[in-house]
Amino acid sequence: MAALLKVDSLGISFGGLKAVDKFNVEIEKNELYGLIGPNGAGKTTVFNLLTGVYKPTNGQIILDGDNITGLDCEAINKKGIARTFQNIRLFSQLSVLDNVKVGLHNNHTYSTLDGIFRTPRFRNVEKKMDQRALELLKVFELDGYCDYKASNLPYGQQRKLEIARALATEPKLLLLDEPAAGMNPNETEELMNTIRLVRDKFDMTILLIEHDMKLVSGICDRLTVLNFGQVLKQGLTQDVLHDPEVIKAYLGD
Amino acid sequence: MMSFITYLLNGLSLGSVYAIIALGYTMVYGIAKMLNFAHGDILMVGGYTAFIALNTIGLPIPVAVLVSMAVCTLLGITIEKVAYKPLRQANSLSVLITAIGVSYLLQNLAQLIFTANPKSFSSFVPLKPVKLAGGQLTISGETIVTIVTCTIIVTGLVTFINKTKAGQAMLAVSEDKGAATLMGVDVNGTISMTFAIGSALAAIGGILLCSAYPTLTPTTGAMPGIKAFVAAVLGGIGSIPGAFIGGIILGVLENLAKAYISSKLSDAIVFSVLIIVLLVKPTGILGKKIMEKV
Amino acid sequence: MDKVNAEKHKIFRGNLITFGMVIAAYIVVEIMMKTGNITSLLKGLLVPLCIYSILAVSLNLVVGISGELSLGHAGFMCVGAFTSATWSMLMKSTSMPEGVRFFIAILIGAVSAAFFGFLIGIPVLRLKGDYLAIVTLAFGEIIKNLVNALYFGVDAKGPHFSLEDSMHLNMEGGTIIIKGAQGITGAPKNSNFTIGVILLLIALFIVLNLINSRTGRAIMAIRDNRIAAESVGLNVTKYKLLAFTVSAAIAGVGGVLYAHNLSSLQALPKNFGYNQSIMILVFVVMGGIGNIRGSVIAAVVLTLLPELLRGLSDYRMLIYAVVLIFMMLFTSAPAFMQYRERIMSALNRKKEVRKEKV
Repeated sequence: MAALLKVDSLGISFGGLKAVDKFNVEIEKNELYGLIGPNGAGKTTVFNLLTGVYKPTNGQIILDGDNITGLDCEAINKKGIARTFQNIRLFSQLSVLDNVKVGLHNNHTYSTLDGIFRTPRFRNVEKKMDQRALELLKVFELDGYCDYKASNLPYGQQRKLEIARALATEPKLLLLDEPAAGMNPNETEELMNTIRLVRDKFDMTILLIEHDMKLVSGICDRLTVLNFGQVLKQGLTQDVLHDPEVIKAYLGD
Repeated sequence: MMSFITYLLNGLSLGSVYAIIALGYTMVYGIAKMLNFAHGDILMVGGYTAFIALNTIGLPIPVAVLVSMAVCTLLGITIEKVAYKPLRQANSLSVLITAIGVSYLLQNLAQLIFTANPKSFSSFVPLKPVKLAGGQLTISGETIVTIVTCTIIVTGLVTFINKTKAGQAMLAVSEDKGAATLMGVDVNGTISMTFAIGSALAAIGGILLCSAYPTLTPTTGAMPGIKAFVAAVLGGIGSIPGAFIGGIILGVLENLAKAYISSKLSDAIVFSVLIIVLLVKPTGILGKKIMEKV
Repeated sequence: MDKVNAEKHKIFRGNLITFGMVIAAYIVVEIMMKTGNITSLLKGLLVPLCIYSILAVSLNLVVGISGELSLGHAGFMCVGAFTSATWSMLMKSTSMPEGVRFFIAILIGAVSAAFFGFLIGIPVLRLKGDYLAIVTLAFGEIIKNLVNALYFGVDAKGPHFSLEDSMHLNMEGGTIIIKGAQGITGAPKNSNFTIGVILLLIALFIVLNLINSRTGRAIMAIRDNRIAAESVGLNVTKYKLLAFTVSAAIAGVGGVLYAHNLSSLQALPKNFGYNQSIMILVFVVMGGIGNIRGSVIAAVVLTLLPELLRGLSDYRMLIYAVVLIFMMLFTSAPAFMQYRERIMSALNRKKEVRKEKV
């Protein structure tokens, strides 16, 4: 079966410094794949390369057979990659519901003139968007907060909202950047269940960056370890986590 | 050829004034992170104070200059403490509007006290015009003094920033206010000093400007203020060498445009150059690109 | 779904109040005029109040909804004013009915301003915050400067332009319409309070509905977090440009009203320079950034205020400035905000913690 995401020799240099070098990975559909490594290894840079925030200087990214290397952010999202961010990036002044509705923007359309003149098309599409957005929020138990200003949500809920918004774009591949950051063990446990739920309910493929080893070993099928911008080890989660080189990279000599 | 050199020199002189004022803008922006819209009007206050000191009170020129600088320095520090400091945590738009209010305040106070009638400003430069190239080229004393003053100020400022503790403190605050506080830097004092220096410079700029273009009204500072702002942005806002370069380029361009193209359109041409430069270099000539962390 | 519908109704009611407010004001003023209870001072201010309200609404679309600081909106007003006045002058002596002529003048003003908004927006919206501000200011000054130096006339052979003087137009007979610094004289005075209010209501209709639609959400999302907006597939350039262009068009309409309210139209620093742009920005900030209703209220109050203070003649602008500074401190300074909190809780008002009105 052809991989959903095939990355070949991906690399980027910032002024002579190779932040990411010869990054390869193949992720199968419906996999829960983990990207781990010490701080500063280049994990978020890989995410930024995959989502078009940075343009790679080397290599290729192929999503579901489609070569998406070098495309802009918006284009890559339309092709099917959505993400969350290390530092939560919500639309702070918009309501919780509106945050998700923005995610629905490209798949529920009407023209600006429709909006200004309040045509029937406007009414119908808005109604569908409201329904769909509430459905998504319900999955994350956020529907009760739908009229809250996004910045007023508690931290853990903000993270979930970011995921809900990303899912609203109907992606093929979901990238989660340190989703458990700042969470206590209970919240992390809840998050693990949420991620599994997302994979099952939305037929999703998920690539996540994480430092929390309990979460990584709990839900990831396979891992890639990044160190100094290069792939150190790849394979089944348990094999990788017990590999002496990997342990050395994290704990030092 | 001679006329070109004359225009060029006058442009350098005008540019020097813009540079001196732009320095104040850029320093305040870099350190207090605000656009002090009232800066141009401090120039005007400097002009009027000098005028009174010289003509009404009859003080000798150097003393009048010092008095003007002192008044402006005091004014700058007071404005900062009363109107800007309380808004340091607020969003930048609020401070901008407050600065606009201060600008209106200064202009209208001046109008109340001095009326809108232009005052004839007697030059502060006692130098006679210099004749060169067998009498073909005449350089006014004001031009020479302005250019020299500007050069001295810029060199002095750069030395101050790099070599003194207070200057380094200013640099630190402009990079990271929070970290500077934690390192024991007196942030309030540093910001006050920034406004003080900027205002004193505005006073000098005002005196030099009025010496060369001798009419003084309550709105004299407004357009030069805007142009100095443009100069600061042109050179890269927050950069001291940038303010210098921006000011000089602006002054020269404006004068050459007035001379060779059209005096009606000189402003349009100058502003157009700014736009073209920013299109090519969005952060200004010497501006730093700030990378946003994703 | 109930909460969603409740929220929708709240917004709808709010917008209705805004419209109602304007209509109510109109009715009150009309009654005052019919019963002769209105001072000539206020009468002369009626159209300007509409103009500045329209301009404030247009600027809030860019500053509050799109999150970009534009200091050159007077330039769009200038474009709208001069293009529409030129049209009116050209058509003045034809048999075209006045109403039709003025209607087309409004369209011309809006479209030409929109065109400039689009042209200027493309390069400008790439710049960051303060740089964008100075460039929009620069554009405003450039437009004012160019119009001030422009000579335009029409004779049997067609249109003639010149940036130098009327001689360079090389016309044989015909009429000179735009006379450089003297501008346009004799434009028909088609503006009146009724038309002004109608145009204001149309502007409000467009802007309020735009905000409460998919397009408005996209624009605001980009304002709140550009990178996140890109990551969910929004075309940032398209929406920023859209907001800017629509805003320019509305400002242009304000310019049309302005041009047809005077017998002589000139591009001076005081009406089309950065001072005017800044005055409108003050309205927007005072009324609340992003608060469209507030823009109208602020424009009206702050335009009336100097006139009402006329009794204090010399001191009025001074007082205006002091009031401005004080109001900014009072509304935005954290120290003052504590006073406000105390006053609020002392009056026992229930605070809306969850959804604050943007």
